[in-house]
Amino acid sequence: MSEESTYYVPEQSKYPIAAATGFGLMAYGAATWVIDSSNPYILILGTLVMTVVMCMWWNTVITENIQGLANAQLKHSYVLGMLWFIFSEVMFFAAFFGALFYLRVIVNSWLGGEAAIGIFDDTPTDAAVANNALLWPGYETQWPVMETPDQAANGDAAIFKGPDQAMSFPGWANILSWLPLWNTAVLLTSSFTVHIAHTGLKNNNRKQFVTWLGITVLLGLIFLVLQAEEYIEAYQHMGLTLNSGIYGTTFFLLTGFHGAHVTLGTIMLMVAFFRSLKGHFTHDDQFGFESAAWYWHFVDVVWVGLFLCVYVLD
Amino acid sequence: MAHGPATLADGWKAYISRWVFTTNHKDIGTLYLWFSFAMFILGGAFAMIIRAELFQPGMQLIKPEFFNQMTTMHGLVMVFGAIMPAFVGLANWMIPLMIGAPDMALPRMNNLSFWILPFAFAILTSTLFMEGGGPNFGWTFYAPLSTTYAPESVNFFIFAIHIMGASSIMGSINIIATVMNMRAPGMTYMKMPLFVWTWVITAFLLVAVMPVLAGAVTMMLMDINFGTSFFNAAGGGDPVLFQHVFWFFGHPEVYIIILPAFGVVSQIIPTFSRKPLFGYSSMVYATAAIAFLSFVVWAHHMFTVGMPIAGELYFMYATMLIAVPTGVKVFNWITTMYKGSLTFETPMLFSIAFVILFTFGGFTGLMLSIAAADMQYHDTYFVVAHFHYVMVAGAVFSGTAAIYYWLPKWCGKMYNETMGQVQFWVAFIGFNIAFMPQHFLGLAGMPRRYADYGLQFADWNMVSSIGAFIYGGAQIMLLFNVVMTIRKGKPVVEDKVWEGAEGLEWTVATPAPYHTFEKPPEVK
Repeated sequence: MSEESTYYVPEQSKYPIAAATGFGLMAYGAATWVIDSSNPYILILGTLVMTVVMCMWWNTVITENIQGLANAQLKHSYVLGMLWFIFSEVMFFAAFFGALFYLRVIVNSWLGGEAAIGIFDDTPTDAAVANNALLWPGYETQWPVMETPDQAANGDAAIFKGPDQAMSFPGWANILSWLPLWNTAVLLTSSFTVHIAHTGLKNNNRKQFVTWLGITVLLGLIFLVLQAEEYIEAYQHMGLTLNSGIYGTTFFLLTGFHGAHVTLGTIMLMVAFFRSLKGHFTHDDQFGFESAAWYWHFVDVVWVGLFLCVYVLD
Repeated sequence: MAHGPATLADGWKAYISRWVFTTNHKDIGTLYLWFSFAMFILGGAFAMIIRAELFQPGMQLIKPEFFNQMTTMHGLVMVFGAIMPAFVGLANWMIPLMIGAPDMALPRMNNLSFWILPFAFAILTSTLFMEGGGPNFGWTFYAPLSTTYAPESVNFFIFAIHIMGASSIMGSINIIATVMNMRAPGMTYMKMPLFVWTWVITAFLLVAVMPVLAGAVTMMLMDINFGTSFFNAAGGGDPVLFQHVFWFFGHPEVYIIILPAFGVVSQIIPTFSRKPLFGYSSMVYATAAIAFLSFVVWAHHMFTVGMPIAGELYFMYATMLIAVPTGVKVFNWITTMYKGSLTFETPMLFSIAFVILFTFGGFTGLMLSIAAADMQYHDTYFVVAHFHYVMVAGAVFSGTAAIYYWLPKWCGKMYNETMGQVQFWVAFIGFNIAFMPQHFLGLAGMPRRYADYGLQFADWNMVSSIGAFIYGGAQIMLLFNVVMTIRKGKPVVEDKVWEGAEGLEWTVATPAPYHTFEKPPEVK
């Protein structure tokens, strides 16, 4: 609730229209580019405009904060904005997790002519049996899907061919060479380090804050490098690509969007890091850092879900 | 903040930059409202083309391919371009005034949410001129029609959806932050006007489901361009997955459209009944219940797709449950009017028509929720009639009521009551002539989305088209009324434009000053 009348409402701003223009160019450019890959120029232009505007916009917000224009109430608006933005991100991932569960549990059973879940149908429905027998003869329910329904029915003429090797748990003997485990370790650790940094800031321990924030950024970068390594491995040695049926589809989309969010989170933490070097943030004025930290915890939680549902559970 | 807004007298440059660079919630609300009206006319033009072609059997005016693009674009433009921005515009104007806030919580982001929309719709509309034509797969864009068999322009459609989704999310976050953080001292949650309540619940729905829509179009994009197999059984995917993801967004979406309409009507009916709203808290809880239920009923749009019988039963009963909180609302509106001293100004007429016609649309919804019966109704004109009763007589009537109700406060001029009432009756009669016969057509088996039909459907289609043209004409009258009010309307001096009106928005001067509540009012 408001108690004072000094809520800062900027009189006018050129940033929104510039950002909207950049965003529009990005959308138009992205569509142009997926249709004609030789024309990425509008997309690049839009991205540039957007990047420049975002930098200037946030720079202005930071300056306003330093000038003391942002009162407690306005800061609370920022907090609410960030929290609900993270909630919307949760729902974005929910769509992909939901798709994964539906595909794994229900669709996969029906394609193989089996019953899906006990409470719905104990015995396979006629439709599921016919679906398997008439459309995808020979397909057996399996996860990871190493042989797609297309392959089962059409052999070598299939368009969608399963991967040679999946990313699942390779057995205890090979556990140390299993990249996802290292990635989990790195990301979980980074969630702790960002918390240590936060504690440092709360206790006015600047050195602890800056050091551990720097370490968190570093861990974020290591995670991204490892994930790039994992993708290279998948494409070059495991035959696991976007085209390798539903396993490759869900694997790359879920981990890919997570990776994109880690990238975004790392950039946010990096900005917070450079600001901390300039002496920004105090124990009672730390929204810029705190929001990055919340975002970081969010990508971490998503990773735990991914690790379980995409990698571990067979 | 001393000087007022630039007017035309300050020169074109100042005037245009006022609107383009504005951070003022009233300016942005006005932009949203005019934009949505422009889209309403565009979507309406598409509808007129559809009805002109369906005026009689056979192909007269356009090719079937173009007809498909018209049905698709009509739906998309009306849902995302006309109705949603119209209510966001009302939210922008009224929420800060109703809760005693100086502006929206995040004023610059507010302007960004608006200015994304013209770009999104420019991209969407431009697809009509592209090779292969625009989107032609229906506004629900089911895969594989929208993936494997789609025109190339589907990629522009996908990214247009992406950015208008981002716009909606930013707009909703702004509304949530405003309501949670900007209320005047003493304005507790349970004192908020119902319009604010319905909007904040709508905003929660938007933040929850727009990202799911983004997920759906992203999966489409990947399937079309990057060889994934989300919606392709050959790779282990399933086209039905698209329907599940889409309707997980789509069902809350229809409540996103109708809840603010409930809010508007809940403001207007007490004013012209000169009684407080009956059962305020039950209205709040009913709205929340409807919002919650909207997340768990999505597959009632897919009864014929081949779900297990247990699924059909669950979604059928869960859907019927929605009738309970909705019934509470209708009961409360009627009880508010009971023994009130009623007058029937234009906003009240539209609101009463809303209650009657929306309830009618709700009943046909109940018919459709019966899974066994839906086997007959599914994808027929009965469905078209049903959702036009709730979308047009629901959302659009309520939006029109809101325009007449608040226009005097916005511009300080009173509309011409006779003209308003004439417009109401033309709209009311035209609407019912257009859509009532579609129930009969649907029950007789006429499928939706076809450019041609059997001879047995000819008579009612002609009636329906005539009604549609009358209803289209009513919108031109609305535009005329609004423009005439702004230019030549009789000035209003009272702060409280309507004698029965209650709430903070009626305590500020008329017309509402550019900046209001810079010092928060005290609410007792």
